[in-house]
Amino acid sequence: MSLDRIDPEFRALPLTALADAALSRARDLGAEHADLRVERIVSQSVDLRDGTVTGVSDATTVGLAVRVIVDGVWGFASHVELTPERAAATAERAVTVARTLAPVAIERVERADEPVHADAVWVSSYEVDPFTVPARDKVELLGEWSQRLLAADGVDHVQAGVAQVRENKFYADLAGTRTTQQRVRIAPWFTATAVDRAAGGFETMSSLAPPAGRGWEYMTGGGWDFDGEIALLPELLAEKMKAPSVAAGAYDLVIDPTNLWLTIHESVGHATEYDRAIGYEAAYAGTSFATPDKLGTLRYGSEHMHVTGDRTVPHGLATVGYDDDGVLTGAWDLVRDGVLVGYQLDRTFAPRLGLDRSNGCAFADSPHHVPIQRMANVSLRPDPRRDTTTEELIAGVERGIYVVGDKSWSIDMQRYNFQFTGQRFFRISGGKLAGQLRDVAYQATTTDFWGSLDAVGGPSTWVLHGAMNCGKAQPGQVAAVSHGCPSARFRGVNVLNTQEEGR
Amino acid sequence: MRAQDVVERTLAAAAHLHGCVVLVRESSEAVLRWANSTMTTNGHTTSGRVTVIAFVAVEGGTAAGVVSSSAAVTGAAQLSALVVAAEAAAHDAGPAKDAMALPEPSGDDPSWGDGAVETSIGVFGGFAEGLAEVLAGPQRQYGFASHELTTVWLGTSAGVRRRWVQPTGSVELNAKTPDLTGSAWTGASTVDFVDIDVVALAAEAARRLEWGRRRVELPAGRYETLLPPSATSDLMIYLAWSMDGRPAQEGRSALAGLNGPRVGERLTELPLTLACDPAAPGLEYEPFLTATRSGEGISVFDNGAPTRRAEWLRDGVVSELAYSRAEAAEFGTRFTPTGDNLLLTGGSGASIADMVARTERGLLLTCLWYIRQVDPTTLLLTGLTRDGVYLVEGGEVVGEVDHNFRFNYSPLDVVRRATEVGATERTLPREWKDWFTRAAMPPVRVPEFNMSSVSLGR
Repeated sequence: MSLDRIDPEFRALPLTALADAALSRARDLGAEHADLRVERIVSQSVDLRDGTVTGVSDATTVGLAVRVIVDGVWGFASHVELTPERAAATAERAVTVARTLAPVAIERVERADEPVHADAVWVSSYEVDPFTVPARDKVELLGEWSQRLLAADGVDHVQAGVAQVRENKFYADLAGTRTTQQRVRIAPWFTATAVDRAAGGFETMSSLAPPAGRGWEYMTGGGWDFDGEIALLPELLAEKMKAPSVAAGAYDLVIDPTNLWLTIHESVGHATEYDRAIGYEAAYAGTSFATPDKLGTLRYGSEHMHVTGDRTVPHGLATVGYDDDGVLTGAWDLVRDGVLVGYQLDRTFAPRLGLDRSNGCAFADSPHHVPIQRMANVSLRPDPRRDTTTEELIAGVERGIYVVGDKSWSIDMQRYNFQFTGQRFFRISGGKLAGQLRDVAYQATTTDFWGSLDAVGGPSTWVLHGAMNCGKAQPGQVAAVSHGCPSARFRGVNVLNTQEEGR
Repeated sequence: MRAQDVVERTLAAAAHLHGCVVLVRESSEAVLRWANSTMTTNGHTTSGRVTVIAFVAVEGGTAAGVVSSSAAVTGAAQLSALVVAAEAAAHDAGPAKDAMALPEPSGDDPSWGDGAVETSIGVFGGFAEGLAEVLAGPQRQYGFASHELTTVWLGTSAGVRRRWVQPTGSVELNAKTPDLTGSAWTGASTVDFVDIDVVALAAEAARRLEWGRRRVELPAGRYETLLPPSATSDLMIYLAWSMDGRPAQEGRSALAGLNGPRVGERLTELPLTLACDPAAPGLEYEPFLTATRSGEGISVFDNGAPTRRAEWLRDGVVSELAYSRAEAAEFGTRFTPTGDNLLLTGGSGASIADMVARTERGLLLTCLWYIRQVDPTTLLLTGLTRDGVYLVEGGEVVGEVDHNFRFNYSPLDVVRRATEVGATERTLPREWKDWFTRAAMPPVRVPEFNMSSVSLGR
């Protein structure tokens, strides 16, 4: 990656002087580990309703954070002022916090080793920095999308928008690692609404476009066919308005990657977070049924289930060169042949699991928050032997439903019982699609659901989807994460009729 | 730079514009977090943000642009740069549909010149002593205590100068049996932690773990269910968030009827009133509106307008929906800002214990979790019970259900079908606590709450 892609305004900050000031003060005060993060996060949202702008909003967050370990106890402090004096004073505050907490800290921190990465630079994969594009062009493009949708029969309202983030991080620690990184991500969206005034109902249909670690080129066809989607959406919405309500019961499901990514996120991604599995999130986000005593033995799903964690996939929202522990990122297995084989870790958790190296999942969402273990890109592997198509998966279903696009989601605090809806549901009859259905939700227990996986699609069905807003920890932190998956087929899944549920 | 100077200098730099709003927020937050009966992450952080909203005359009307920065303000040049950026954003946005003249000031704010109010880790003084005692006890303890003081200064080119200090505090205590098979929860919201007795909260959780000594398995189905105030609050908050006027006018909301919004429709014969009220004692929020974005029910052009009590339901009837000033003008109704607290009143004086005593057979819940909308046409929500579902028989708790349930139910149906509503008390919404802590709710009896499936999660 070329050095000059790092935002010049970030480069112009006195990063080296801040690092020297903070780290030397921490060392002088007795810290065995110290790291400094300097962050600058710029974001912009553009939102339209029925073709008219409701808001153009820009935000910048800057600050520095110092984390120390003193006599085996963590200390943390942050500040908004980026001067060497303030960096040193912040290091001093972090040391004071560690010494203050020492009497009540039962455990002493041990961390996995990591090679030194001196002066490393990493920039995510994108073509056009969205912050170099005039907001007027963004308004025009979204306005044009909205008008095309509004012009179609049966579309009464359209909401559209795009969120964009550019995140710069500088990390330096006492061991000598110094990294400067830049990530760009973008999340376009639109929703068309049809209102049936006579019968008193309405339906919506939203874009299936994933948020992505890409630049503005994404909006103009680099990674998603927005024109094609806008052309098809009104007709699909009109068909949905007239579709029959589903009969509740067990169905074979073929689930499209645009829906399955979220099921993976909730039922595998969060369940294989080590901090959850050992109770750190018990009072809030929850724990996990997949506890470390079951590592290597828990049957998570059928033999077709192979799930990986990575922070390296191109355009992944959790993809980064080095994590907030200064660890060079990589990829590893979480579920292999249907069996739980791994967790997502940071440098503190790796030794607890008997590993000599972290797999790089430390992340803080702001300079004012402590890094915690956050989700990697957690992805389901496509069939490595045969490029099975979605149509072939559907052909293997006598009576079932093809599920497309995510919508509503909910899962319990141990990641067992979940319920999902979607954007579109197509009835499958005799191996063929037979029109849309309404009022569908599927509900299952994680291990039953993944146990019913009887086929995965091939690489050509694989899509990298994801979320910008995954929440965890108290105080709350938000992270962006991607999930790649093929189309997949599940046998005998419980389908609800949401109208009947509401009676 | 003092917050008041930030406001004045920014407004001076924006004097050439059609109008300008400057919002300065300074927050200070102290937190304690514990898991496995030991402290995990504690801290004290301060942060600030300056938001500049520029209003610009453009062809076809007035445009708005919003720019904010968390950087420490060290010079006036930074503020001029924010104005320039906000002005550019407004030009790019084009004419706004919600454009209105900014609200005029309504009298002087005597606190305008005061500084930021800060909390400190010392706010937990007495609480921390009690917590140490709780952590040394026999149960495994998990939880979080947070105290935040946010000072807001709002200045507008129309002459509004207002300041407000918002205290937000809460504690959540999750106790588990040593073998982790039993889990109970208690929580409370507070202004200053002086009123929080953590030892008593832990004792209540311990009492619930005792109820768990007898376990029963129950199938999914429809059960007579007692919603304690926390569970009621999480359902009613979702209802309040769904009271936007525009979607109801446009036919795309559960509050839309065949002939327009369902205002005036009676949901229940019980005299239930669901309201937000900036003057509710102990639950006060900003007496003036601040908005950093426009959307349904909210507009950046309304910054500085007085907030007021809004009654979403009144005596069992749908009463008000949320409208910005521009929307109120568009739909010929009254400006109705949403609020930062929620009160459900109109029940009896009964406590949850009184209601248990009157229950032949039913479920007593603790709290709800992971609530999401399933069907916007009926406001059908799904979610889970969490940290304790207790079986009531013959007027007393006879055991704990050995699992949780996934429910599917609409908060509109909670109101429509409630057969008994008890005394309103201050409570902590477990699900929405990150965004919404100020609630006063009653316990509610629902005859056939839909427990759609068994959740093995504990």
